[in-house]
Amino acid sequence: MSDLHTVNKSPFEKNSLETCLKLSLAGSSILLLEDAVYGAVSGTTVSDLVSGALADKKVYVLGPDFKARGLDEGRVINGVELVDYAGFVDLAEANDKVQAWV
Amino acid sequence: MSETKNFMFLNRRAPYGTIYAWESLEVVLISAAFEQNVSLLFADDGVFQLVKGSDPSGIGMKNFTPTYRTLGDYEVRHMYVDKASLEARGLTTDDLIQVEWEDWETEESVDNIVEVVDSAKAAELLAASDTVFSF
Repeated sequence: MSDLHTVNKSPFEKNSLETCLKLSLAGSSILLLEDAVYGAVSGTTVSDLVSGALADKKVYVLGPDFKARGLDEGRVINGVELVDYAGFVDLAEANDKVQAWV
Repeated sequence: MSETKNFMFLNRRAPYGTIYAWESLEVVLISAAFEQNVSLLFADDGVFQLVKGSDPSGIGMKNFTPTYRTLGDYEVRHMYVDKASLEARGLTTDDLIQVEWEDWETEESVDNIVEVVDSAKAAELLAASDTVFSF
């Protein structure tokens, strides 16, 4: 039993991602989309927060939003998985519910 | 004829997730018509607006990054970028677009008006502005 948590705001702008990680159970799936994709970039002040979450959760990032912002796929944090819109649907289907963090 | 003022456009939000970045750019373009001294300062997530290689075709939005490159034609002489904001986001000047500027009358030209500044300098630039538009 697990939920899909979606986060759409930049972790540099709001604490939504941080709180989401705190308030989600082990085994949860986290999807970063829209401006939250910046949280999937390695070498930033929030990278450790995200890679730390990988210990007991799965973290995904929406590819089209990552690409839209000029970010190269090579910059994705090790262990964070890129998905497309079809993958987003699959994740929603595979989990019990979708919880949005705005 | 009123005196020329220093306009500063302060951009702090990432592009595409919200409309702020695009709206700010539109106001910059319009302000060129008023012949004032226009400068832009990118801080916090605003630095992401200048990252090169953007391609929003997958999210169904228009790519407006090329528009920043034309600002040299719109009376913009300075585009300042906050260094601390770049570093916190794992970015360097190599990740940013370059914007050319040329004075049509004197033919003085600058290869790149995008300039990285430290926080102290950014604060001075804001203080020296007559009007700051915050986005």
